[in-house]
Amino acid sequence: MRCLRMLVRILVLLYLAGAPALAQTLCQPNASNGYRVRISIKTALGNQAYEWNENEMFLFRATMAFAMRRYYKTETYNVDNIIVCNQTRRVSFWFVVISPENPTMLIPKADVEKAVSMSRHRINNAFLLTDRTLEFLGIYPTLAEPVNPDTPPWLIVFGVVIGAVFAGIIALLVSSLLQKRRKEKGMMEDGQDEEDRQMKGVENGINLDGIYNRGFTDDDRFTKL
Amino acid sequence: MRLQLPNPGLEDRILSHEELDKLETEEAGSGDRPKWDNKTQYMLTCVGFCVGLGNVWRFPYLCQSHGGGAFMIPFLILLVLEGVPLLHLEFAIGQRLRKGSLGVWSTIHPYLAGVGIASMFVSLMISLYYNTIMAWVMWYLFNSFQETLPWSQCPLNYNLTGLVSECEQSSPVDYFWYRETLNSTPDIGENGGLQWWMVLCLVSAWAVLYICIIRGIETTGKAVYVTSTLPYVVLSIFLIRGLTLKGSLSGVVFLFTPNLTELTNPTTWLDAGAQVFYSFSIAFGGLISFSSYNSVHNNCEQDAVIISAVNGFTSVYAATVIYTIIGFRATERFDNCLGGNILVLLNTFDLPEGNVTESNYDQVLQSLNGTHPEVIQGLNLKTCDLNTFLSEGVEGTGLAFIVFTEAITKMPASPVWSVLFFIMLFCLGLSSMFGNIEGVLVPLQDLGVFPKSWPKESTTGITCVLCCIVGLIFVQGSGNYWLSLFDSYGGSIPLLIIAFCEMVGVVYLYGIDRFNDDIEFMIGHKPNLFWQITWRFVSPAIMLVIFVFYFITKVTETLLYKTWNPESENFPTLEEKPYPAWIYVIIFILAGIPSLAVPGTALFRLCCDLI
Repeated sequence: MRCLRMLVRILVLLYLAGAPALAQTLCQPNASNGYRVRISIKTALGNQAYEWNENEMFLFRATMAFAMRRYYKTETYNVDNIIVCNQTRRVSFWFVVISPENPTMLIPKADVEKAVSMSRHRINNAFLLTDRTLEFLGIYPTLAEPVNPDTPPWLIVFGVVIGAVFAGIIALLVSSLLQKRRKEKGMMEDGQDEEDRQMKGVENGINLDGIYNRGFTDDDRFTKL
Repeated sequence: MRLQLPNPGLEDRILSHEELDKLETEEAGSGDRPKWDNKTQYMLTCVGFCVGLGNVWRFPYLCQSHGGGAFMIPFLILLVLEGVPLLHLEFAIGQRLRKGSLGVWSTIHPYLAGVGIASMFVSLMISLYYNTIMAWVMWYLFNSFQETLPWSQCPLNYNLTGLVSECEQSSPVDYFWYRETLNSTPDIGENGGLQWWMVLCLVSAWAVLYICIIRGIETTGKAVYVTSTLPYVVLSIFLIRGLTLKGSLSGVVFLFTPNLTELTNPTTWLDAGAQVFYSFSIAFGGLISFSSYNSVHNNCEQDAVIISAVNGFTSVYAATVIYTIIGFRATERFDNCLGGNILVLLNTFDLPEGNVTESNYDQVLQSLNGTHPEVIQGLNLKTCDLNTFLSEGVEGTGLAFIVFTEAITKMPASPVWSVLFFIMLFCLGLSSMFGNIEGVLVPLQDLGVFPKSWPKESTTGITCVLCCIVGLIFVQGSGNYWLSLFDSYGGSIPLLIIAFCEMVGVVYLYGIDRFNDDIEFMIGHKPNLFWQITWRFVSPAIMLVIFVFYFITKVTETLLYKTWNPESENFPTLEEKPYPAWIYVIIFILAGIPSLAVPGTALFRLCCDLI
């Protein structure tokens, strides 16, 4: 009995010792199912750049596990399922994802890509980085949908400008037309006055505007001497 | 005994000094000749006419490519010897004879009427294409009222997988200019049809022009308060903004660093002379018209000197402003180039960030080249040189619509700067258009093309509508190529011929003695020795030299034009193609007909007199 327990303990110890080694062999640079990640913290954050250390690496693995959970809609993925290797000072490293059910099986590249694409925004935000500064080499960022307004903005501005200009042109044309008509009417009225005055003095052909004829004065009454 | 060609009947054709004085007192407030409301309107209109797009996009390029600060020397010398005398001559003769350009030349001698007709043709050609540039400016202005400027990023392709390939290969600003604005065809022969958005902008440009000239100088005089002063305000705002940007001072230093060896190059003097000449808008007939609306005793000598000084100052000021922005752009490009190279090095050699910076880039590159030469070769690193970026000198529409718009996208609050810049360009161009159209309308009236009973509004309206319809050539797909054609041939050689004939006509046909007496009558003192020498010998000689060299250059050069061809090998570099054969006919019409109008009309009148 004691021998059996010892054997089991030795086997467990061997397994525990061997598992990381096994995992390490799964993760290799240029692995068929692995992706290379490149992080440029100083470019993104400048003075507020943080140091890349083991804790940040832990956060990365946790975020990747989150992405896998979200994609497969299960709760089986854990930090241990994300294996990282070949870290450089640039800060770049390779990672692979192993299946929670079978530790020797790697999740295929395409699925990892889809999981990352789905949660890319969340992964970026966890590190205060962008698509350009947190690069998954081989996974291209999805392009943002362009905002297409119904009427192009330039047509609106054009409409305003051309409306104002045509209104101004019409106003100026109308005002000059009114001015001309007023001037014409003014000249016509002057002419009318002249005619009226001439009309008043003619009746039966005799011009009543004649000179006073002294031959018809009334001072006969005063000279009957 | 001064040289004076026989000119019988001159006394009968012109008003004597006594008649002019009588006209002056009678005409106060009445009469059918328009008058300026005040001196300010006249000065602003002339300044607006002279200061145009050329001051902003031709002078800085010439300055930078011909030895920087050293270019000022030929420019200022020729300004004084060529620009000021010609300007004074046009002002004085217009004020004295009180007619538009056609009237003035027919009065001096009936055989000289061809000069007036040639002026009219040239003004017409230039009005046609100049307003198309205004349409382009309006298009960019309308598009500036958006948060992200449309030329700051490439649009996505049809299935949203990537950027449009034409844009990716060139740049967003190039793509917006050649594809979304012009929709340029690869060849002048393919006309590509009318581009509806440009037609709308052309109509709006002509409509704005019409409303400003609807009643002649009555409305123009009010419009110039805005169009002539706003550019200076905007230039000052840009100067302040530009000086606070990184790299602006390197641009200004590059512009003004003198290279005195350029002064020995005859092209420098030729270009300076041509720039002074075209910048003053002489020989268009517009200045003669504007000056004829003045009172007889206006001091035209002072006006000429003031306007020349303002024009010269504006050229230098605009060049400074433009080069602060170009310096900023060049520094930005240089930083991006260097940053790109640094990133490539960091990524290839897995060095931590911050190990390679701009200051130690050269050392690191050298040491890496020593240890891993093959790797470095394979990287194809670009050479980044600030001076190369600065001397990517661009002029003309390329400066305004490609280089400057790109620089604006890099500035914070880009839409504001874009709107300001294009309003400034629009005002500069509109005030020049006032003079161009004046040079077309007044000769048409003098020729009696429109019945005298028609109101002014209808004559200007009909002219604008007809010019708009003919201007539809320039809003086709190949419109840009037509515009360069008109610009190179319609607006260059004929003007030089007209200006030369003007000088000879006034000095030797009208008579320098009579002209001196007229000026003494108008402003109170005889023109001094400087004017005598320049009018009689120096300026005509300079005109002749420039004309001969220009003519020889134009005639001997192989006619090539640059096209935007996405299928060419060196895309995005513009592909140079030779013109098709039928273009030569067009060139002859553009340059030949105005030039031949001068002797042609003289011969025609001669024949009529003999018959």
